[in-house]
Amino acid sequence: MLYKLGTLFLRPGTKYVLLALAIVFPLIAKNEYQVYVMATAFIWAIAVYGLNIITGYCGQLNLAHGGFFAIGSYALGLLTADYGWNFWPAFLAAILLSAFLGFLVGAVSLRLKEHYFAIFTLCVGFIIYLLLDKWEELTHGPIGVRDIAAPHGFGLVDFTDTTPFYYLVLVFLVLAIWFIGRLSRSLMGRTFIAIRNGDELAESLGINLMRNKVLAFILSTTYAGLAGALYAGMIRFIGPEEANINHTFDIITYLLVGGIGTISGPLVGTLGIVWITQSLQFLEEYRMIIFGPLLVVLVIFFPRGLVGSFLTWMHRKSQELGPAKKRKASKVTPSATREAENNA
Amino acid sequence: MLSIEHLTKMFGGLAAVNDVSVHFEAHKINAIIGPNGAGKSTFFNLVSGMHQPTSGKILFDGVDITTMRCDHVAKLGVGRTFQTTNLFEQATVLDNLIVGHRLRTRSGLWDVLINSRRLQAEEKECREKAREALDFVGLSHVENQFIADITQEERKRVAFALALATEPKIVLLDEPAAGVNPEETEGLAELMKKMVKTGLTVCLIEHKMDMIMGIADKIMVLDHGEKIAEGTPEQVKSNPVVIEAYLGSDEDAAA
Repeated sequence: MLYKLGTLFLRPGTKYVLLALAIVFPLIAKNEYQVYVMATAFIWAIAVYGLNIITGYCGQLNLAHGGFFAIGSYALGLLTADYGWNFWPAFLAAILLSAFLGFLVGAVSLRLKEHYFAIFTLCVGFIIYLLLDKWEELTHGPIGVRDIAAPHGFGLVDFTDTTPFYYLVLVFLVLAIWFIGRLSRSLMGRTFIAIRNGDELAESLGINLMRNKVLAFILSTTYAGLAGALYAGMIRFIGPEEANINHTFDIITYLLVGGIGTISGPLVGTLGIVWITQSLQFLEEYRMIIFGPLLVVLVIFFPRGLVGSFLTWMHRKSQELGPAKKRKASKVTPSATREAENNA
Repeated sequence: MLSIEHLTKMFGGLAAVNDVSVHFEAHKINAIIGPNGAGKSTFFNLVSGMHQPTSGKILFDGVDITTMRCDHVAKLGVGRTFQTTNLFEQATVLDNLIVGHRLRTRSGLWDVLINSRRLQAEEKECREKAREALDFVGLSHVENQFIADITQEERKRVAFALALATEPKIVLLDEPAAGVNPEETEGLAELMKKMVKTGLTVCLIEHKMDMIMGIADKIMVLDHGEKIAEGTPEQVKSNPVVIEAYLGSDEDAAA
């Protein structure tokens, strides 16, 4: 029974249903605030998808992810507020800058393995924070950046409104997921997974470790930069706190809860936690009392997150049912088969 | 096929492999034996390019691969397995094998973005190659099972298949029969013979003497990083130096 219910989620049509739901969401939302929360959640989801490339598929725990998110935000913010750029060129520049800095950081940090890589990127994240906080001539320091331009709507839409912006974010989220879907099924995604399984084995299969790891890193920082730029365009006021390590850990939590290395995991984790956080708003900081144990339970019993564990369970079930079905089919009489067909 | 000349690898002051020269012929089963810590795995790591030797020369099919990086060596046709193979446990056997043929493909990020014809063709090719390798090792029936759900012996065979999917000329097998029962060991030995019959060269490290003596065409004995003997199983078995250093002094290893 549960299994049949589960197969519903695995149908190819499910994603269109979800997309339709996302499109009508602003119409059924109780108020504008909910649309705003959803748009923010989508932006975070894009960042989580980015982390999923380098950490989920390629297996390298990158703790500078929040830093690259902030780089995207600041690039967009400073270019529009201080240098008078229009939104879209600045948006593109922000993404390219995140990719380029990703290349520089990746080429150095990926020489390190496992924990050393994580510690190195933790430091990179902190250095980004310090630069944003202390380099006042460029970043305005702790005051942050104000008057960030909203996306230019070419006279057709006004992106300073919440709902149009929601749709703009949705478009980028769909593009982001579409690309990850394609990537994860491709030979390149398999290459990343081979590296996650182990450097030595991957290398012995003729995989160029450095090139593939750096590529995964660049892709992930590009996603972070994209999310950061969208965030700056929506909030339109940013400060050094965007690069706070807490953001990175939030992103990691979303990824772990949803399901690391899965396609729908980042979305499930982000939306789930963002909405639970919203509904527990009245508890303020005490909500961590609920979150902490929940996270521990989840990591112990669902190490691959909600989606990963669900997929594993479904596969096991189908393997159990598969041979059983075949055995039955070979023994039953023609009339029984007809009956079975009717039931189906 | 594989010629090693005066190969030495120092780790600090310790010579893990010390002045080893050996020649492995094509289409034969070559075995490397020796007590624990004799430098067998290091020897494999040097040949496959995982470590750079301190001195000496490695020639593979006449090509000098001494200082070549691991992935280049693999492309030239050196496949290998490890004592433990870390695979993606929650993915099917076939899914794990598809990447094995990746080194013979050229699709990049752009191909992924536009889902190019080349990418589609190469993915199909990789899938076929994986099926072929799986069929060769006799595991077609577990194709759709998760790695986590198959037996230890099947894992060993999957590791073989992964190495075979790279289209190697020589395969380096590091203790392929460790942790499997005698009956299954026999099956793996048959598989190695089958590999040689199809034109491969096999080079393996193994502790199971019965199996080695039964299938190896040539054995090299390492002890403390040095080659102390080489020859046919009969020659090695009766060599007093070998008996002294290995078989006689350590009964556990002989078992």
